[in-house]
Amino acid sequence: MEHALKTPRETSSPDPTRRPQTVVRPAEESGTPQVKMRTELLRAWFGPTEVLKGISLPILKNRVTAIIGPSGCGKSTLLRCLNRMHEVVPGARVEGKAYLDEQNIYEASVNPIRVRQRIGMVFQKANPFPTMSIRNNVLAGLRLQGVRPRSPDELVEKALRQAALWDEVKDILDRSGVSLSGGQQQRLCIARALVLEPEVLLMDEPCSALDPIATAKIEDLIYELRNSYTVVIVTHNMQQAARVADFTAFLYLGELIEYDKTDTIFRTPRDPRTEAYITGRFG
Amino acid sequence: MSIHTAIPAHLPARTALHERRRLTERLVGAVLFACAIVSLITTVGIILVLIVETAGFFQEVSLRDFFGDTQWTPLFAKKHFGIWALVAGTALTSAIAVFTAVPLGLLAAAYLSEFAEERVRRVLKPIMEILAGIPTVVYGYFALTFVTPLLQKVVPGLAGFNALSPGLVMGIMIFPTIASLSEDALYAVPTSLREAAYALGATRLATTFRVVIPSAFSGIVAAIILGVSRAVGETMIVTIAAGQQPRFTFDPRVPVETMTAYIVQVSLGDTPTGTLEFRTIFAVGMMLFVFTLALNMVAHRLRQHILKGSLW
Repeated sequence: MEHALKTPRETSSPDPTRRPQTVVRPAEESGTPQVKMRTELLRAWFGPTEVLKGISLPILKNRVTAIIGPSGCGKSTLLRCLNRMHEVVPGARVEGKAYLDEQNIYEASVNPIRVRQRIGMVFQKANPFPTMSIRNNVLAGLRLQGVRPRSPDELVEKALRQAALWDEVKDILDRSGVSLSGGQQQRLCIARALVLEPEVLLMDEPCSALDPIATAKIEDLIYELRNSYTVVIVTHNMQQAARVADFTAFLYLGELIEYDKTDTIFRTPRDPRTEAYITGRFG
Repeated sequence: MSIHTAIPAHLPARTALHERRRLTERLVGAVLFACAIVSLITTVGIILVLIVETAGFFQEVSLRDFFGDTQWTPLFAKKHFGIWALVAGTALTSAIAVFTAVPLGLLAAAYLSEFAEERVRRVLKPIMEILAGIPTVVYGYFALTFVTPLLQKVVPGLAGFNALSPGLVMGIMIFPTIASLSEDALYAVPTSLREAAYALGATRLATTFRVVIPSAFSGIVAAIILGVSRAVGETMIVTIAAGQQPRFTFDPRVPVETMTAYIVQVSLGDTPTGTLEFRTIFAVGMMLFVFTLALNMVAHRLRQHILKGSLW
């Protein structure tokens, strides 16, 4: 019943002077949640440039963790290190550890493909496969992994419902994925990630290219997803972090400055740099 | 109107200098137009000659004799004008070339674009493109004096002149074209699509064959069609190594003659101009032209379909 208090739809006209409204949590959730992932002194480079300088960050199970910080602070890189996507870029390098259920995913014996099958990702720019229909986009992950689902139609419907897209596309499933609007494409990409039932869902500024209405839909969705998934979201939009995240990490120049409950970060930040950033004095 | 071309209204509009500039501009424009029109005039001229001569040919030979016969013996006493004998030669050698070059070219392109390190790619691609610069007469002798004797050891009943050897060598000739253009198409596929596939837990192989290659399909089709047109129009290799015996057959072991090789044969021989025998080459040329035009149109249509996404 406390769900009714939650009002994540504040996107249409964010008032920059007003303090962002934070999420009120149901009481039973206030116990100590499990740690789903954590990084330990994680460092990352692009060529000679060190973009992450030793990040140690916990990611709690069934919670939404937001990573905020000014452009170029390394927040997207940190996210991409969590499912070993950083190393896909030529010249990129990672050191340190990242644990998924106490297994270091950077150990030599770990296959990055297996890691990515367990940790889904949604990108900043919606990237549905242009050669595939909406239906096949949803099933793409399974097909690419060589899995033949026994009842594909059910899976498609379930994932699209979870992504709050089903009603809009149920009659046009055979149309190309790129025929949808930007916001719909992004929700299609979320459905594509959800169909694999990942344990963790990483979202890299998923709303940065979307209008306020589409953003509100995706934010609602993220709030729903935390019931079954662990979500990490990178955002440059502090109101968004305040609306959707249980925990927030503030990154600055490749370092983790502060990590705490979202409420604490926004109301009583300990570090002056965090305060300067959230009050809009730099960024 | 941009500020650079605006002439202030209060200045005298037509000074002598202004007039001269205008004249120069028009002259330059005319010269450039003339250059552009040369290609158009040439094309139109060639098509006109082809049409006129072909029309002359068909006044003496009926369409029935041309399309309804499989023997081509215009230079003999007992004349037959069955074009299918030459079409079969072209189709057979081109098909062998395409079946050699397409798999080879696609795999090479996939390797260079998706698997090779940037360093390897930068060395290998230019080397491969050098292959495309070898004069075809060299390929022709390579087919006749090296590939054919080699093939004769493994293929029983292979004649000294045959369709197989020049077909394979033509495949090697068009392979760099197909590989290089396909590689361009693959390389141009946005990284975001590869990342999407990787993030879904796909291997590099699955990403290449199920995401990148389908996304580059229109470019690959264009590359293949270009390769096919080159094979259909290729003259030297087949003239040298396929023999010059028009024959309606799909047996790759026996001598055949392609449309192009026939044109060479008549042009170089002592057939007097203006005779029916001489005019045959225009009729054959017309066929060749229609073929390549049709190929290009198919390619164009295919592209349109793919761009609209209706093939998937």
